[in-house]
Amino acid sequence: MQVSVYRYDPDVDEAPEMRDMSLELPEGKDLMVLDLLERLKEQDPSLSYRRSCREGVCGSDGINMNGLNGLACITPVSQVAKRGKLALRPLPGLPVVRDLVVDMSQFFDQFEKVRPYLINDQPPPAQERLQSPEERAELDGLYECILCGCCSTACPSFWWNPDKFVGPAGLLQAYRFLADSRDTAGAERLRDLEDPFSVFRCRGIMNCVNVCPKGLNPTQAIGKIRGLLVRQGT
Amino acid sequence: MVTQVTALARSGLADFLIQRLSAVVLALYTLCLLSFFLVNDGVGEGIDHRQLVEFFGSASMRAFSALAVLSTAAHGWIGLWTVATDYIRPHYFGARATVIRMAFQVGCGLLLFIYVWWGMRLFWMLPG
Ligand code: SF4
Ligand code: SF4
Ligand code: FES
Repeated sequence: MQVSVYRYDPDVDEAPEMRDMSLELPEGKDLMVLDLLERLKEQDPSLSYRRSCREGVCGSDGINMNGLNGLACITPVSQVAKRGKLALRPLPGLPVVRDLVVDMSQFFDQFEKVRPYLINDQPPPAQERLQSPEERAELDGLYECILCGCCSTACPSFWWNPDKFVGPAGLLQAYRFLADSRDTAGAERLRDLEDPFSVFRCRGIMNCVNVCPKGLNPTQAIGKIRGLLVRQGT
Repeated sequence: MVTQVTALARSGLADFLIQRLSAVVLALYTLCLLSFFLVNDGVGEGIDHRQLVEFFGSASMRAFSALAVLSTAAHGWIGLWTVATDYIRPHYFGARATVIRMAFQVGCGLLLFIYVWWGMRLFWMLPG
């Protein structure tokens, strides 16, 4: 199997390049892309990438495989390889630290902006704040995000304005707290999102939905934020 | 909160609503013109000047045309501002990106202003 890997070590290389490597795949077994990377690293120990859980939970191995963002650990090689070829690149749009490792600061700065935690100005009850099963169900499809960054780095609006547009991952979380019955800062949260960039730069391209390894739908959440903004503003 | 002076209303929500509303106005105006030309030119005889003046000269049509011109300007401004802030960036244009973007926006603004001014003259000075 031919694998072409994006290589860049700023201490040694003048410019990034795609380097070809080849690999014997075991017969009758479909590896995950992460297994493939591990084998490539045995060939060349200088190859760098992030990984941790190897089961789609930690969100650290988001990379671009033949043009599609996803988690290397849960993406079968057969799903992304085309005619025995596979090109592996870092997540697009973010500064590259080395090889497949990107600097996620811009991504997390946007995440921080939406204040991704419960705000409640009521005095805390003796035990926990309760929710009805229906209220809890409002958070389904929102709380599962593992912040892998696959969606935001697939979003053209985030590529063009990573400093101003919150991006799909941040907005999914913004809605996760807007939808939470225990949160009392809704009006304030909406006011912070009402400017021309934070939410409204989303052009509904839906690249985010297309790549999310957890099957989440940021575009729908963004639509709901818009709906709330319209209702609050009129 | 990200503010940007050159957006139309400085509020993303207002811009978003204006963009949609003006699109509806323009769609209706297009349909209105289309049906006028189709009905009156149905047999391919052409439309003469008198018919045009009658049609565009009515009070309701003048108001509609003026509204369409204003919608074009608002719609165009918001759209072009968005395109400019997406693509005229340091990444492609280097350090002068902001200057180039401002020049582009001034150009757009001027053009749209002339358009509105001309449109208003045209539709309000027609003999009724
Ligand atoms: S929404 Fe999906 S793709 Fe985006 S960060 Fe969360 S898990 Fe990753
Ligand atoms: S739907 Fe919006 S957030 Fe998702 S990729 Fe498109 S522009 Fe980005
Ligand atoms: S290694 Fe944790 S998500 Fe892939």
